[in-house]
Parts: sequence; C-alpha cells; structure tokens
Amino acid sequence: MANDDVADDGPPDPQLTRDDVAKVAQLALLNLNDDELDRFTGQLSAVLDRARELQAFDVSGVAPTAQPYPLVNVFRPDEPDTVSAVREEALAAAPACEDGQFRVPPALGEQP
Amino acid sequence: MSDHHTPADDSPIDDSPIDDSAADGRFVVDANPANSAVNIAAAVRSGARSATEVVEQYLARIAEAEPAIHAFNLVMVEQARAAAAAVDAKVAAGEDPGPLAGVPVALKDNMCTRGVETTCSSRMLEGWKPPYDATVVERLADAGAVIVGKTNLDEFAMGSSTENSAFGPTRNPHDPTRVPGGSSGGSAAAVAAGFAPVSFGSDTGGSIRQPASLCGVVGVKPTYGAVSRYGLIAFASSLDQIGPFANTVADTALALSVIGGHDRRDSTSIPEPFPPVLDHLGEGVEGLRIGIVEELSGHGLDGFQPEVLARSAEAADALSAAGAKVDSVSVPSTIAGLSAYYMIAPAEASSNLARYDGVRYGLREDGPNTASMMAASRTAGFGDEVKRRIMLGTYALSAGYWDAFYGRAQRVRTLMINEFEQVFNDYDLLLSPTSPCVAFPFEAKADPLTMYLNDICTIPSNLTGHPAISVPFGTNSAGLPIGIQVLAPLRGEVAMYRAAQALEEVAS
Repeated sequence: MANDDVADDGPPDPQLTRDDVAKVAQLALLNLNDDELDRFTGQLSAVLDRARELQAFDVSGVAPTAQPYPLVNVFRPDEPDTVSAVREEALAAAPACEDGQFRVPPALGEQP
Repeated sequence: MSDHHTPADDSPIDDSPIDDSAADGRFVVDANPANSAVNIAAAVRSGARSATEVVEQYLARIAEAEPAIHAFNLVMVEQARAAAAAVDAKVAAGEDPGPLAGVPVALKDNMCTRGVETTCSSRMLEGWKPPYDATVVERLADAGAVIVGKTNLDEFAMGSSTENSAFGPTRNPHDPTRVPGGSSGGSAAAVAAGFAPVSFGSDTGGSIRQPASLCGVVGVKPTYGAVSRYGLIAFASSLDQIGPFANTVADTALALSVIGGHDRRDSTSIPEPFPPVLDHLGEGVEGLRIGIVEELSGHGLDGFQPEVLARSAEAADALSAAGAKVDSVSVPSTIAGLSAYYMIAPAEASSNLARYDGVRYGLREDGPNTASMMAASRTAGFGDEVKRRIMLGTYALSAGYWDAFYGRAQRVRTLMINEFEQVFNDYDLLLSPTSPCVAFPFEAKADPLTMYLNDICTIPSNLTGHPAISVPFGTNSAGLPIGIQVLAPLRGEVAMYRAAQALEEVAS
C-alpha cells in the first residue's frame, strides 16, 4: 500500500553499535549495565546480520502484510460489555491506587 | 514460587492406576485408550466413570511425577476437585455435562484465568490474578473440562526450550536431562507425563508444534483467527494462535471443536464455525495431493539431523502407500521466513509489552518520578530474552530502520503468502519435519541465533496464517521422539486431520 516507492532503498548500515543499543534500551525503558550492553550488542548484531538476507528479495510493488487472514472492517454494535472488569476489580491488581485511580510518582520533577 | 502449592500440600489422594516407566529414568506414561479425552468424556457422560474419580487419578499422577518434570507453575487442586464435582452433579441431575465432561486439561500460563494467578512465567506478572477469563477458558469450563493447572513456558512465550522461564525450566519426560521444547514446554510435557490427557498452548513461531514434536505428543496450530485470542496475553498479535496438545489426533480435534469458532471479543476472530474436523476423522488420505517441502526435507540441510529427515521421508512414503499422491515441491521463501519472523515478532512484542510499566498491574520498582519507576520496573521484571526481543523490535521500528527491517519483513511476508497460496493450488497439504532436531540437552543452544534456527520449519505457517499439526512419528536411535508436520491452506483443517490421522495409524 503506502511507501512502495521506498522499499528498494539501499540496505541500511547493519553495523549495530553499543551506542545504538544504549539508545534503543532508553527508548524501551530498560536500564542496562556495561556488561549487558556488550553482550546484547553482540547478540542483536548477529540477528540483524542474518536479517540482511531480506534485502535479497525484490519487493518492489509488493504490499506489506499486517495480519494474515483476509478480514476487513470488523464491526459490532457499540454496546457496553457486561463481562468487562468493573473498576474495583481492575484496581485490585494495581501496585498503588488512591481515590479509585492508579497512583504513580510525579511525572514532572521528583518525589520530595 | 513459594506461594504455589502442589498436591502434596493438600488432603491425601488416591493411588494412581496409571502405569509409568520412571524406573528407566523416563516419565512418560504408556498409552492407554481409556485415558483419551474422547473416552473419558464418553465414560463420564454415560455415568460409567465419575469426573471426581478421573481427576483424582490425574492429581495423583501429578503428585508423583511433577517434582521431576516441573510442567506446572500452579496446580489447581481444589478448583479441579470443585469443577469435577460440579460435572458429577450435572450427570446425577440428568443435565448435559458438555462434550469434554470430566476431561482434565492443563493451560499454558499465558491464558487469563479469573482470580487464579497468571504469570507468563515472568517476574513481571508473578502474583497477578486476572479479573476475567480468556474465551478458551470460558468455553472449556462450559464444556465440562476440569482445569488442573497452569503450565510453565518461556517467559512471555519467547523461546524454544522453556529455559527462559523465570521459575525454572521444565524437563522432557522422555529424558529429564533434555528440554521439552518451547515455548509451551510445560503443556507438552504435561500430556507426555500423563498429568492431563489434553493441554493448551499458544503458537507464535512454533511454540505448540515444536514442543509437541520434542515430547512425542500431537500439537496443533489452527488457522489464524480460528480460535479466539481474547484473554491470551499478547506476544505478537498477528502471529499468536491458541491450540491443543494431546496423545491422539482425535483428542485434539475434540478440543478444537470446543474452543474454536467466532468470538465477538476478538476482532481478528473468523466469523465462521470451526471447520468440522470431528465429522471427517477416519476418512483416510485417498486422493489427497501432498507436497514434500524440498527446502525443509533435503539431506545436507544445515542443522537438520539425518534421523529426522529419514523419518520424514518414511512419513511421506506411508501417506503415499495409504493412497495420497505425494511428490516434492519447492517453496523457496520458506527459508527467508526466519528472518522475516525475527523482525516482525519482536516488533509486535516491543509494542505489546509496552503495557508493562508498573502502573496498572504487575511488578513495580520505586523511582523518584514516573519514567524512572517504569524503567526500574521493566528492568527488574523482564528476563534477558524478553529484553532482547523488545530491543530488537524497538530498533526494527525506529526511524531510519523501519523500511529496511520491519517494512521489508512485512513485504517478504506477502511474498511468502503468495508463494504458499500458489503451491496450495496444486497441493491439498504440505509435509515437513516439525523440528530439525530432537530434544536437546539444557544449555545446548545458549546463543540466541542458534536457538532461533530451531523454528525454521514452523515459522512459515505463522507468517502465512495457515494451520499446521505435528504428529509423533517414531523416535531416533536413542528413543527421542520425532514429529512430522502437516501444513494446510487457510481453514484447511479437515484435510490436515485426515493426513494426521493416517500418520498416527502408521506410527502406532
């Protein structure tokens, strides 16, 4: 569908660096120590190197597949589902809650 | 898992009439037709056996051999007894107790059970009790099945050996020094060890079929959308599918007839009844056109054990002798499936697992602000394999790499689907080994890429959405099970089951 024109750009730089992994970990909200950064850089590089074989396929004009069964536009009546969890049950599993809501540390600044 | 109980903690249970062969270091049970799900349900429905008697027999077997296998994260002793008693009450009252009346079943611990701990074998969800049941859980309960426990898996279903469980690995009942496969290793081992005649797993890249093969049981991944994913904790949503394990092909057909069919709560659920597999069992393979996938069946393939390829060739001969038209067919994109999969599955996982942030459920580690709390929680809650896949997926989806990795993988996925659809114009079914190797020793595949190569035969049908089944077909010279995979087109389960039963007949 969209982006057919960019599918045949040259292969990206496949050399994954330690800095790349640190950046990705930050985006994914994972804290890695130095040993983990070294180990994961090597392991993820190996997988990405293998994935370079995808470049060998001519995919110009080929639409991407997001899900394999040809269902489109699935509709149903917009009715409240009586089996859905009620608020108390949903909150019961929360690590912290207050006044019927989830409680988290400050989003801006830091906890006093 | 100190809060997890075993039958030993509960009241005494009867001695088991099930034979086992633990004396030789193995924990598999002899196949006894009376212990098939089909026969248990028939006996309970007729009143010949009580559901209580059946569940006590299985709980006793669990108490005896579970310490050596560790198939379960949780054995639900009291709930199982209560469910069995409810079935018996229905029978006594003359009510229909359902098509799986009194059949003990085990559930992979990534299916939500209301009020019963559901962990995905992750520290992240340890202690979490879902506020709702998965659709399959509801349908099993309505059908009279008796849930005996939640089975171990690779954390969040990511792995092929069950070694990635945060709660320790499951052992293969055929050889406890070897892995059961994964990620549904606990469910496969539970059936092989006689803990339940039927269990359920999820299959994202082979996570039902590969452990079925390694544990010598039948395992089925139905057509994508044929079984509701509502309440299945998501790994890769466009690939995940729930399916059964059992000792017999017919038992998996019975199980699927119960859990399959449309569910309005899953927007990817096919709005049709499950294909009528039970009505066509035993029809044989006369006239079916079956193609041996060359890319997965030729000698000299990297990583394929010669004995596995030999059994696969025998399976093809057996189907031919039974009346099918069998020849070889090339499906070249099969091999690229692995690379496409290891971009698409981690990409979807990185998105799905973003929900574990310490806010609404699961582990929370304190931090001075929201972002640091979330990062501390995710860092402490996830194991290495989950972190690897989240990072791989985040990378594949990030600006500058999306087109080259994720976008390209999605296009190669389309090429694979087109190629398989083309092949299925000429063939009713395809055949290959399920796994390139038999069960391997613990820590034998410590390198992630080496472990990923294990999934080469099973990944294509997740990418294409096609159904596939693994049927035990003998062993190697060391007595370790080998499985044969039958692949079918979308909603082609009826023909798939005809071939699976033919293979079962020859193998037994």
